[in-house]
Amino acid sequence: MSERTENVSRHKLNVRKDENKEEMVQQVITFALMILFTLIAFSMVILDISSYFIKPTLLLLAGVQVAFQLFYFMHMKNKGHFMPTIIMFGGMTIALATIITFTTIIWW
Amino acid sequence: MSNAIVQQRGIGAMIWDYITTVDHKKIAHLYLVAGGLFFLIGGLEALIIRIQLMQPDSNFISAGLYNEMITMHGTTMIFLAAMPLIFALMNAVVPLQIGARDVAFPFLNSLGFWLFLFGGLLLNVSWFTGGAPDAGWTNYAPLSSTSPGHGVDYYVMGLQIAGAGTLIGGINFLVTIINMRAPGMTYMRMPLFTWTTFITSVLILFAFPALTVGLFLMMFDRMFGSAFFDVTAGGNAIIWEHLFWIFGHPEVYILILPVFGAFSDIFSTFSKKRLFGYSAMVFATVLIGFLGFMVWAHHMFTVGLGPIANSIFAVSTMAIAVPTGIKIFNWLFTMWGGSIKLSVAMLWALGFIPTFTIGGMTGVMLGSAAADYQYHDTYFVVAHFHYVIVGGTVFGLFAAMHYWWPKMFGKVLNEKLGHLGFWPFFIGFHLTFFIQHFLGLMGMPRRYWTYFEGQGLATGNLISTIGAFLMAIGTLIFLYNVIYTAIKEPKASADPWDGRTLEWSLPSAPPFYNFKQTPLVRGLDPLWIEKMEGRKGITPAEPLGDIHMPNGSILPFLMSMGLFIAGFGFIYQVDNKLWFIAVAVGMGLFFASMFTRSFKDDLGYHIHKEDLIEKGDGKE
Repeated sequence: MSERTENVSRHKLNVRKDENKEEMVQQVITFALMILFTLIAFSMVILDISSYFIKPTLLLLAGVQVAFQLFYFMHMKNKGHFMPTIIMFGGMTIALATIITFTTIIWW
Repeated sequence: MSNAIVQQRGIGAMIWDYITTVDHKKIAHLYLVAGGLFFLIGGLEALIIRIQLMQPDSNFISAGLYNEMITMHGTTMIFLAAMPLIFALMNAVVPLQIGARDVAFPFLNSLGFWLFLFGGLLLNVSWFTGGAPDAGWTNYAPLSSTSPGHGVDYYVMGLQIAGAGTLIGGINFLVTIINMRAPGMTYMRMPLFTWTTFITSVLILFAFPALTVGLFLMMFDRMFGSAFFDVTAGGNAIIWEHLFWIFGHPEVYILILPVFGAFSDIFSTFSKKRLFGYSAMVFATVLIGFLGFMVWAHHMFTVGLGPIANSIFAVSTMAIAVPTGIKIFNWLFTMWGGSIKLSVAMLWALGFIPTFTIGGMTGVMLGSAAADYQYHDTYFVVAHFHYVIVGGTVFGLFAAMHYWWPKMFGKVLNEKLGHLGFWPFFIGFHLTFFIQHFLGLMGMPRRYWTYFEGQGLATGNLISTIGAFLMAIGTLIFLYNVIYTAIKEPKASADPWDGRTLEWSLPSAPPFYNFKQTPLVRGLDPLWIEKMEGRKGITPAEPLGDIHMPNGSILPFLMSMGLFIAGFGFIYQVDNKLWFIAVAVGMGLFFASMFTRSFKDDLGYHIHKEDLIEKGDGKE
């Protein structure tokens, strides 16, 4: 009986170790990608690329970085983050609606 | 701490106990008393308005005072009566319904209440210092930003402080419901009142920041010479309207959703049936909450947003009728075939259905942008929102108070007096507001001080005023009932209504630690399940053990008082820079209290297992 429990707990430990390892790999990859994005952003500005191209690209890179930050470094992709996720996206939707209103139907 | 012990220790000790309490049940009492008081003040203002409008060319009050009356009536009723009364119910019921011993942040709960109370007091002090706010409860710029005197300053500071309290309360309930549900209480087993409180808290979290921002802009415009709303200096007055309604429309759902939840619990209890379409009800609540943020501009159809914006907001407005209709039909189906008991709570709930449906119907009428140009700013609008706010929220508050009174105060409100109070209020309500639809269609504009003879408006207004007095009689009978019950009625049993949810498994009123052992929830309507299996109470989920409790604290009171003092300083520094001393003193008190809270450890205390066994399980 006790041997069996020990086996079960050892198995659980192994599973957790694997998960941690995978998590670490993902974190390192995202971290590398974020550095790469930052380098691209800086070099684009230094190289004086046309602003029609640079503005949307910078915003896109920034958006991806925010997503990386939230989902990988702050663990929003993991289990148990459903409520915070849904409330954050709810808040963003409402903030976006406000911004759209203020930039479109309020005249200046 | 039972009431008897407190009484022995005298009135001073009781006041101290309530000022420092962090117990959600006592904070519910505080919210109820304070909200009730403001409800009476707001009602008195309504009567003065109705007396002024009783006959043509009336001179009962001056035009300026009339503007102050309508402004303070609306502001008081929404922010200082309806909101706190809803918070009273949430505090009294939600922790019990989810099997928790208190809310997640008891200290913040107390802070939320005291901020609301001091904000409300600050607003009402304006009556005695040379004029209340007079720009309508919506406080539109530029009327408000150029209004002379300090009335609107009081509006800005008072609502800013009270609004912070509401925001704190909302976040508290959000965390409580997400984190503190008893074992087995999954989201889809939560009673409807808990569900609607949850969605309401989300709405508070997202809506109130818009008000905070709007009030700050207004504060800087009026007190520190900025020009956000000043067109001549490049500002734009429409910003206020948008910010106000981005907050204001979710606000009306904040008012109605919790009572939808209360009605759901009441209908299922007094029909002796499971709520019909539970998951559809939850879905409808979430949908109303979401759509509530997408419709605010329907308050501004005549501003000139353009046909595209108007059409979008008209369509989204009408879409809200769908989830609301789902709710109405589910309530009807809950009653269908049920064994209905016509208690007072059920009577208010039954009165609510046709009344609110009329309000919803006029809402769809107002929502069609083209027709709205006719209705806008007439008594038709006044009739509409009183049908939904009084016919919905106030009826709901009365129903919920009769229903949960034994849980809050340990006694069942006298049923006979309850029935007697319902009818004058119900008939008076329809007498007051039904006729106002037609006054509006005949062209009577809202917020006007008086009207002339021979315009055909006299009879309707007279009927309306008579109705208002009938409502006052109904309210007085309810107050008499409260006193009568406190003196004459016997102590209530744990479960006077043959209830279905967790709160009825506790004694009325519950002990200060609520649950001796955290309950195990085995399905929707957990108490009913246990009853059907022949058990006396709920199965506990944990062995009897020590209970950790928070200590009471005076700090929330002091923090709120600090902001109250600073509020006066901000209002009057325009006249004399010496008033900045009041700002410094108030903010000093505020930050000193915060500092104390942060750096002085307060780890609470434990109720020991042995003491719990000695006291028995508190039942019967």
